[in-house]
Amino acid sequence: MLKWGSLLTATALLVAPITSCASADSPSGSTDGEAGTVATNSRLDQVKERGTLICGVDGGIPGFSFVNESGEYSGIDVDVCRAVAAAVLGDPEAVEYRNLDSTERFTALSGGEVDMLSRNTTWTINRDTEVGLEFAPTTFYDGQGMLVRADGELETLEDFAGKAVCVEAGTTTELNLTDNLREAGVEDQVEVVTFQQADPAYAAYAEGRCEGMTSDKSQLIGRRSTLPNPDDHVLMDVTMSKEPLGPVTINNDSEWFDVVKWVTYGLIEAEELGIEQGNIAEQQASEDPTIRRFLGEEGNLGEGLGLDNNFMAIVVENVGNYGEIYDRNLGADSEFNLDRGQNDLWTRGGLLYSPPFR
Amino acid sequence: MTTNQEHSIPLWRDERFWRIVLQVLAVVVVVSVISLLWHNLTVNLNRQGMEFGFDFLDTQASFAIQESLIPYDPAKDNYARVLLAGLLNTIRVIIPGIVLATLLGITVGVASFSENWLLRKGSEVYVEIIRNIPLLLQLYFWYRAVFTQFPNPDSRFVWFDSIYLSNRGVFMPWPAMTWNLLAWVVVIVVGAIAALLVWKWRTKIMVEGGQSGKPQMYALYGIAIAAVLIVIFALGWQAPTEPDPGVFQGGLRLSIEFSALVTGLVVYTAAYIAEIVRAGIQSVAKGQWEAARSLGLKPGLVMRLVVFPQALRVMIPPLNSQYMNLAKNSSLAIAIGYVDIYSVANTTYNQSGRPVEVMLIIMVTYLIINILITIVMNVLNRVSQLKER
Repeated sequence: MLKWGSLLTATALLVAPITSCASADSPSGSTDGEAGTVATNSRLDQVKERGTLICGVDGGIPGFSFVNESGEYSGIDVDVCRAVAAAVLGDPEAVEYRNLDSTERFTALSGGEVDMLSRNTTWTINRDTEVGLEFAPTTFYDGQGMLVRADGELETLEDFAGKAVCVEAGTTTELNLTDNLREAGVEDQVEVVTFQQADPAYAAYAEGRCEGMTSDKSQLIGRRSTLPNPDDHVLMDVTMSKEPLGPVTINNDSEWFDVVKWVTYGLIEAEELGIEQGNIAEQQASEDPTIRRFLGEEGNLGEGLGLDNNFMAIVVENVGNYGEIYDRNLGADSEFNLDRGQNDLWTRGGLLYSPPFR
Repeated sequence: MTTNQEHSIPLWRDERFWRIVLQVLAVVVVVSVISLLWHNLTVNLNRQGMEFGFDFLDTQASFAIQESLIPYDPAKDNYARVLLAGLLNTIRVIIPGIVLATLLGITVGVASFSENWLLRKGSEVYVEIIRNIPLLLQLYFWYRAVFTQFPNPDSRFVWFDSIYLSNRGVFMPWPAMTWNLLAWVVVIVVGAIAALLVWKWRTKIMVEGGQSGKPQMYALYGIAIAAVLIVIFALGWQAPTEPDPGVFQGGLRLSIEFSALVTGLVVYTAAYIAEIVRAGIQSVAKGQWEAARSLGLKPGLVMRLVVFPQALRVMIPPLNSQYMNLAKNSSLAIAIGYVDIYSVANTTYNQSGRPVEVMLIIMVTYLIINILITIVMNVLNRVSQLKER
């Protein structure tokens, strides 16, 4: 009898944590199918309740999301996280960053580990539908490039016959590379070496394992600055794809998706309206009804999103508008000095266009 | 009387009753845990508007992989095919890994009993260093510090115009994959079995009949010479050729990722196998050593003929778990860019958005690989056990 008794205890001890774990999982990490709970348990409520925004970033790309020596994050992707935190929680620093590599990012998002991704993720139909994601407006229009050594030996994709290319797994670049090599007719002669993480991939490239390293151009420019001799490497004059990069949320949570979407548009709209970190107080006193509505001085635009009406005023005050974010991280005020190019307002010939705030 | 007695036992003191109740309870617990997890999964998937299913396996994979044993065209082939290619790449690591790790492990393990001070200490140092460093670090070491440091393709090593060594990998002559090759391999296997039978027969007639065994010896020489001739001339060895710079055709190619992974796994696992071998040899009674020595056997023969066969019995069960570890550890390939099944699956679930299904496939795959290893090792175990007659 004693034997059976102890066996029973052992089983109970073994099973108890599993069941408690599983049941605890349902309310927090996910919603149960029970009536009524779905509507009230949006990510938005969870973020407000928690008091911090958990944002999935890359953490290794200077200019987009990069951790400096003192552990502070900076970059355009990071500033989008800060903008969302400012809008929802009133505090741009209420963000917990998670560094995710390209293969773990979607599982982390759909598993509820992060509230949103702001991790140079390309918007594709497959990810929008099959993978089950929602893409907020593009914050950076990019294209895929190829980083090669500056010896002038490799100029087109055809020159890559018999050479090797390093690439990060689970990215659109991995797929585009295959397509482009096919188009160039050299797909059987090029060795594609795939790494799960960016760091080993760039290290392998730096050590001469591959003649080329392919990724989004902006990422290559950012990463080049971390290579041993940045000047020895150049971007090949080729654009292999369209890479619209932007924040991502989970499917079927439109309340939360709307917040991320309109905060992102808000950054663009703020630039268009000429509202900056420096002149926000003046702008709040403005007579222009569009600006007054945008900053929540009149109307109730924030209410529909479940936010304060002056949410964009808080965002711009703390983080700045899109133009300021760009200049600070990638543009004139940064080490990269990247031209705005496509990432300029539509009024100046770029692709950034926000629907009206009214 | 007996019936009376049975009735007098209350239900809660009846051991048979408790046995049944506990079994039922165990089943209920297992079923409810699984259904709870399943429920959780389906609810979460539904919430994201997704459905559990394996249909995605038939969609175009469209990502290139570095090396494959089967023809794979990213433009046409589906996820199932690329997963199969990944699985073959995994097996391609596991089999030579197990063979080489066993050889190295036995050598090091036996060396720890050597009378030679240098050999003995060398084996000790090897085991202690390797066992105390995580495998992932060792893989990085082999890949980054050793194999990527090989010369660039421009300044590669070339031997006899047929072996090339650079940081792209090793290219060497290898038999061309044809039916012809398969036929000759069958011939060699049949020859080996025949040689074994002749050897046994020869030993028998020498011991029991007191014959010289010379004619049989000549037959064995004949088989050996034929085998060598077949291997050299009939297998259709093909040297790698280079029609365009950097583009190789024919021959065998071992990429540096493959080489680093196999080296890392072999060196790591061999350290554990060496300890198993040492334990096995130490488990053989001291009297066996002494008896063998007093028969006048040389140290090498004492080990080979008397001690090692007895040690083998103790060694096989723990060896099994080391082989399984090697198989599972091969999934670290992804860290150094080798396309094994885990690496391919990783990309697959990322591109298709099917983590749960792909993870299930992976788990079942590794389970099957390890069950196969266990079955083989159990057979070996049965063969090596003491025969009680």
